[in-house]
Amino acid sequence: MSKVLLEVEGLKKYFPTKKGILHAVDDVSFTIEEGKTLGVVGESGCGKSTTGRAILRLLEPTAGRVTFDGVDVAGLNAEELRKMRTKMQIIFQDPFSSLNPRMTVSQAIEEPIRLHGIITDKKEREERVMELMETVGLAPRLYHAYPHELDGGRRQRIGIARALAVNPKFIVCDEPVSALDVSIQAQILNLMEDLQDNLGLTYMFITHDLSVVHHFSDDIAVMYLGKLIEKAPADELFANPTHPYTEALLSAIPIPSLHNRRERIIMKGEITSPINPPKACRFANRCPYATERCFHVEPELKEIRPGHFVSCLLRDH
Amino acid sequence: MNGTVDTNKEVQKKNSLAWDTWKRLLKNKGAMFGLVFMVGLVLMAIFADFLYDYDTQVIAQNIQDRLIHPCMAHPFGTDEFGRDLLARIVHGSRMSLVVSFTSVAISLAVGGVLGAISGYFGGMIDDIIMRITDILLAIPMTLFAIVIVAALGPNTQNLALALAASSIPIFARLVRGSVITVRDVEYVEAARAIGANHFTIITKHILPNCMAPIIVQVTLRIATAIYNTAALSFLGMGVQAPAPEWGGLLAAGRSLIRDHSYLSVIPGLAIMLTVLALNLLGDGLRDALDPRLK
Repeated sequence: MSKVLLEVEGLKKYFPTKKGILHAVDDVSFTIEEGKTLGVVGESGCGKSTTGRAILRLLEPTAGRVTFDGVDVAGLNAEELRKMRTKMQIIFQDPFSSLNPRMTVSQAIEEPIRLHGIITDKKEREERVMELMETVGLAPRLYHAYPHELDGGRRQRIGIARALAVNPKFIVCDEPVSALDVSIQAQILNLMEDLQDNLGLTYMFITHDLSVVHHFSDDIAVMYLGKLIEKAPADELFANPTHPYTEALLSAIPIPSLHNRRERIIMKGEITSPINPPKACRFANRCPYATERCFHVEPELKEIRPGHFVSCLLRDH
Repeated sequence: MNGTVDTNKEVQKKNSLAWDTWKRLLKNKGAMFGLVFMVGLVLMAIFADFLYDYDTQVIAQNIQDRLIHPCMAHPFGTDEFGRDLLARIVHGSRMSLVVSFTSVAISLAVGGVLGAISGYFGGMIDDIIMRITDILLAIPMTLFAIVIVAALGPNTQNLALALAASSIPIFARLVRGSVITVRDVEYVEAARAIGANHFTIITKHILPNCMAPIIVQVTLRIATAIYNTAALSFLGMGVQAPAPEWGGLLAAGRSLIRDHSYLSVIPGLAIMLTVLALNLLGDGLRDALDPRLK
C-alpha cells in the first residue's frame, strides 16, 4: 500500500439560491493514494466538478477538510495557496473556453512557469516550453499559434502542458475528453496514462463516461446528488455493483454485440431537488427496491467489503 | 500558414501583436483615413508655429483685411478683426487636441481602474463605487463641466479636469460591465488555478479580452471632448479670446453667419471631420486588435 496523497473529509459546498440552499456537494469523504487514479462518475449536476473545484479551492468549500500531502488546504492563506497550486493542478473540460484567446501556445504554457518563478532565465524557459510541448505531443511549429487556429485535441494538449508546467503531483481532470471527438479522446487518454507512468502523477478523473472510467481508474467513486454513494476498486465495482443506482448506471453501458443483450434497468421518477433536500436517501424516489425506511432515514457510507464502501440502507446488515 | 517549406520541426515565424494589428489595420480603408487624418492633425498641431506665427498672424488684429471671403491669399477667409481663419484653425487644433486627449487619458485611467476593481471584486466595493458613479451620472455632463470651470476659473488645465471628471463615471461603468462579462469565463478560472494573482488576472486575462468596447469608447470620448471643449468655449467658459479654439471660432462666427457663413462652417467642419476620423479609427482598431479576426 502506498501512502495517501489526498484525504477529503466531510467536504460540503452549498450555494445559496433564491429558493433555498443548494447542496451541491454534501458530506463527501474519500482518499486517493499516491500514483493512483480515482474515477468520479455520476450524472450531470451531481456535484462531481464542484467536488474537484472545492478540493483545489477554486470554489471555497462550505465545510470539511482537505489534506494534501499532510497540509490542510482549507487553512492556507492566499499566498500559501498560490504556492500550493504548483502541486495541485486541474485540466478543464472544454478546451475551447479554458484557454485565453489572446495568448499564443507558448505564452499559455510559459505563464505558470513565470508566475511561480520556476525558471527565471528567458532562454531556459523557452526551452522548457518546447520540452513540455514535445511531452504532450504538440509540434514545435505551433509555438506561436493562437488557440483558435487549433482543433480541440491540440487545445486540450495545451491545457495539459499548462497543468504539467509547474511539476504537480496531483491533477484534477474535469471531464478532460468529453468535449472532444471520439477519435481524439483515445489519444488524449493514452497521453494522460503515459504521463502518469512517467511522472508518477495522481489523478482525480471526473467523467460521466463509464467505459472510459473502468479502463482508466484504480478506484471509482459514484456520486448522486452531491452524495458519495459507492466507492470501490474499479474491478470490484464493475463485478459487484452494490448500490441500486450503480447497478442501474452500469447496466446502461452498451455492449457491442448483437446476441448478448443486457437487461437494462430503466429508472423511473424525478431526481430529487438538490435545494434543501430532505433527511432521507436521495435516491429513494427512483429506487426500485426502496422501502418505507428509505424515505425517512439518511444512509451513511459503510464498508461492506475491504475497500468497498456503499451508502444504502438495504445493504446495511 | 505559408505551406511549402512548413515542416513540423520548424517554429513558425513570430509576428508581434503590434505588427499583426498594423497589418490588419492597413486593410481597413475607413480606419486608414482616420489614422492619416489624425496623424496629419497632430503634426499640424505640433508644427503650428512654423506654419503661422502666433503673435503676428493668429492674434494680431489687421482691420484693413477684415471679413475677406475665402480666396488665394486667405484660403479660409478672414474674420471681423482681419485675422486669417486658416492660421486660427491651425493654432486652434492645439488647444482642442491637448484638452481632449489629456481629459480622456485622465478619465480612462481613473474610471478604468475604478471600473475594473468594481467589476472584478463585486460585492460591497462594487456597490459603493457604482452608487458614486450613479450620482455623478445623474448630473448633466456639460453642466457638471461648467460648474467645475466656473468654480475653479476658466483656463486650459481646469477645462481638461472638468471634461475628465465628467467622463470618469462613463468609463467606470463601461469597464465594469466589460470585466463582468469576462470575469466568470473558464480561462479566468484556469488562470486562478495556475496561481495567478488578482493583478495578473485583471491585466493579462480579463482586460485584453474586453478591450473592444473600451477602445471604441476612448475614440468616441475624445470626439465628445473635442466638441465639449468647443461647446464650453462657445459659452465663454473654455479658452479665452483672443486665443483660438475651434468651438470659440464657431461661436465668434455666429453673429456674422448670414453674410459670412464660412466663419462658422469651416470650424464646424474641422470639428466634424476630426470626430469622424476618430470614430473610424476606433472601429478599425477594435477589429484589428482581435487575433481571431484574420
